[in-house]
Amino acid sequence: MKTNDVIFQTVAKVVFFMIIFFAVRIFFAGHYYPGGGFVGGLLTSGAIVLLLLAFDMKTVKKGLPIDFKCLIGLGLLFGAGTAAGSLLFNVPFFTHAYDYFQLPLFGKTSLHTAMLFDLGVYFVVIGVTMTIIQTIGESE
Amino acid sequence: MIDIALKLSLIILAIAMLGLVYRLVKGPTTPDRIVALDAMGVNLVSIAAVLSMILNTSNFLDIILLIAILAFIGTVAYAKFLEKGEVIEYDRNQ
Repeated sequence: MKTNDVIFQTVAKVVFFMIIFFAVRIFFAGHYYPGGGFVGGLLTSGAIVLLLLAFDMKTVKKGLPIDFKCLIGLGLLFGAGTAAGSLLFNVPFFTHAYDYFQLPLFGKTSLHTAMLFDLGVYFVVIGVTMTIIQTIGESE
Repeated sequence: MIDIALKLSLIILAIAMLGLVYRLVKGPTTPDRIVALDAMGVNLVSIAAVLSMILNTSNFLDIILLIAILAFIGTVAYAKFLEKGEVIEYDRNQ
């Protein structure tokens, strides 16, 4: 039987962007407020799961052509690269650096290399969650 | 004064939560239980809001939005499971 869920699909299209923006906000606020890469990644995958519920796996794959297994590798590369990058400057492994920059739109901002490590955590969490859900969902 | 009011509202919310737990345990059909779980999520949001006022912190406000989003996704997934038997389908057009 073919069902017609217009209301759910329309709501999902709107709520998807709200969840994504909330996830990005939580990801960037992680240094000074509760949040960070883990919660941000889980929320982002929650938004993609909402799309998977509203539509089907084929449509989401067409609109979001990301191989989530590659995302895990990219995230691990970010984490290891941030940790190993400190070796280039003759400081111990995992030493982070930060400085204050005058950005055009944001004003005086503190940029920290821990953000790159957090970005790695973000990618790995999205990759692992979506790989688990897609592998379970695809099996007949 | 506001302190007493906040604690009173916490108690009232806890009583409402007990009523929802009764519906969750007793509910004769599965949709009853799902609606009870969804209402418990909303109740949890209000408890977190009142608690953040009692503890005088604004760090719980993110949690409130998080609980609301998770309750919505969970309820939708349960509803789709009840309607179609599978939560995520591969191709809905066949």
